[in-house]
Amino acid sequence: MRTKTTLQNYLFVLPAVLIFSIFYIYPFYKVFTLSLCQWDGIARFDFAKNFIGLSNFIELFQDKIWWGAILQAGYITLIALTFQNALALGLALACDRDIKGGNIYRVIFYLPPVLSEVVVGLVWKWIYDGNYGLLNYWLQNIGLSNLVTDWLSNPKTALICVAIIHCWKGFGWGFIIFLAGLQTIPRQLYEPAKVDGASSWQMFKSVTLPLMVPVFILVSILTVLGTMQVFVLILSMTGGGPGYHTEVPVTRILASMVGSSRFGYACSQGIMFGAVLLAVSFVQIKLSKYMKQA
Amino acid sequence: MRGKDRKVCLFFMLSLFTVFLSIFLASCGPQAQKKEQVKSIKIWHWMSDREEAFLELAGRYEKETGVRVNFELYAPSDAYTQKVRAAAQTNTLPDIFGILGEKRYFASFVKSGYVYDLTEEMDRDLGAWKNKLFAKALAVNEFEQENSFGVKPGIYGVPIDVTNIQMLYNKDLLRSVGADPSNPPKTWKDLIEVNKKLKANGVHGLVSGWGEIWMIDCLASNYAFNIMGKDKVLATIRGEVSYTDPDWIKVFDLFREMRDEGLLASGIVTMVNKTAEQLFANNRAAFAFNGSWCVNVYKGMNPNLNYGAMLPPQVSDKYPMTIWGGAGSSFMVNTKSKEVQLAVDFLKWITDAPQQIFLSKETQGLPSNKYSLKDMPMVLSQFASAMDNATHPNVWGVSEFPAVIEAFNKGIQYIIIGEKTPEQLAADIQAVKEREMAKKQ
Repeated sequence: MRTKTTLQNYLFVLPAVLIFSIFYIYPFYKVFTLSLCQWDGIARFDFAKNFIGLSNFIELFQDKIWWGAILQAGYITLIALTFQNALALGLALACDRDIKGGNIYRVIFYLPPVLSEVVVGLVWKWIYDGNYGLLNYWLQNIGLSNLVTDWLSNPKTALICVAIIHCWKGFGWGFIIFLAGLQTIPRQLYEPAKVDGASSWQMFKSVTLPLMVPVFILVSILTVLGTMQVFVLILSMTGGGPGYHTEVPVTRILASMVGSSRFGYACSQGIMFGAVLLAVSFVQIKLSKYMKQA
Repeated sequence: MRGKDRKVCLFFMLSLFTVFLSIFLASCGPQAQKKEQVKSIKIWHWMSDREEAFLELAGRYEKETGVRVNFELYAPSDAYTQKVRAAAQTNTLPDIFGILGEKRYFASFVKSGYVYDLTEEMDRDLGAWKNKLFAKALAVNEFEQENSFGVKPGIYGVPIDVTNIQMLYNKDLLRSVGADPSNPPKTWKDLIEVNKKLKANGVHGLVSGWGEIWMIDCLASNYAFNIMGKDKVLATIRGEVSYTDPDWIKVFDLFREMRDEGLLASGIVTMVNKTAEQLFANNRAAFAFNGSWCVNVYKGMNPNLNYGAMLPPQVSDKYPMTIWGGAGSSFMVNTKSKEVQLAVDFLKWITDAPQQIFLSKETQGLPSNKYSLKDMPMVLSQFASAMDNATHPNVWGVSEFPAVIEAFNKGIQYIIIGEKTPEQLAADIQAVKEREMAKKQ
């Protein structure tokens, strides 16, 4: 009887295990296997013939362009973590109050994230265009002709331009999560503070901020994971150029796989990138635990 | 949970599992072939601009022969490339397909046994099929004796059109600065002189899709052939000549000069070809570096555009100016197709003069059949006449390492944005070349 029940229990979880194995474990196993091989994606795959050991990983550690791409993604992430999330929090705080037309603002702020990244990239590419772009046109009209440049072709401005658009496109997610978090804070907590004569800043610092720590952690982890993997905007705006100035890890993986047909190397890049993200997330979680305790 | 409920639940889970497993296994297995009365062949292609013309030809072919031809379009070309590669791995390639990319990938398809050897068909009846096609277009699909790819010599593909990449010039803009539009710049010096006048009038010089970096490779390679000749270029690829050779530095220096002289349109390093085509079609740039497919594109963007095609102005008279050209698009027959002969027959038919004239007229492209050069627009004739100067990396018999090609193209972008000198770039490319060669050994 007991054996039968155990068997039944296993049968219940079997579909989930099967789906997980087919769509997660097996692909990961394949990616790992490929990362140890040299394969062009065309010839029949023969592990014994294609096996090159850890050569791909050794090469990857010496690949300056790859690490440069990770640093560039890190730069965009840093901007997203600070400016994008500060903007999202500020707007969420504003919308958390009883203001007229609050719902309209919520819809407006949530619009950019639902737009297609390719469309956003192409529209902003046009705005940034050095020859006929709106930005340069406005700058000239307000007497700032000295600032006119080829925003996306200028190595000094290309990455920051892409980062700004990524923040513009992404702040809506943070806004919604922050707003949801703010609305879970009981209003009664603010009343005694008000009676004691606390200023808005003091209330924010002593009431809102500590209670929002779990939300900050969630938003920051999502921001890091989402931003490090940015690539559609980059592809539609700069293609990684000029030179390697706007290359990010995913565009490099794509270049290895599609451009050079180095499937094995691309897989090793994928694994390395996953490891970097895992490490960053781990540090974030440790930090957030520390913050919670503090 | 009560025993009865538990049994119902278990039954439900098992049913769900069985359904899921059946669907999964069915999708993994070879597709069930419906028995059709009508003989048919399937063709995969990526040419969205030619879809209507292909469908029209398929209709005509079915009327003539009773064989149904199913053209299936998969675009853009990157997605198509991945689809073909995935299909090769799962043995689900169609009867006819195209292979995009460098010759090394084509070779890999052939060596893996996915591509039917057409040599016998081409040579039949004293080479009747082969002889009606442009030799340079056919060469792209050919592997010669002792080729470096280790492929059995033969012809493995059929070109359905021909392209080459040249300079285009806007006749009205040249006239507006006092230049003779019937006599466009022939030398580098002429080009720089005309550009000075254009610049003074606020007109962009050269536009091209150099954000898609292969076009940089193309122009640089044209000038490398002009400055040092084919043998030295190929010797460099074989690793016998260094990229730090003065001739290569001269090639890189041309890009520095283009930048310093203001010849390049601003933003060219991240410009996609579509944007470059729009700028040229809208009379906003005097020169463009583009392929013969542009005739159809410009016609759509601005039917009144007054322009001509010319060879890139030559820097040296030591060697002839050479441009990239050859087969535009080619089709291959799947070795494992059950309808190999039907597929070959269709390819013979589509490369016949009437079909080639139709395709050329509908798509404003150059036909691969040399007896189909009729009623072509002036500019297309100019493209056709430059075929004698055409070459292509796929016919060189050797190919450069992808990492070197990337370092080369990205490096030229660095020259254009002023972050590297030609000498620095040459040293960087050579370092990558040596690293790749060491890996190969």
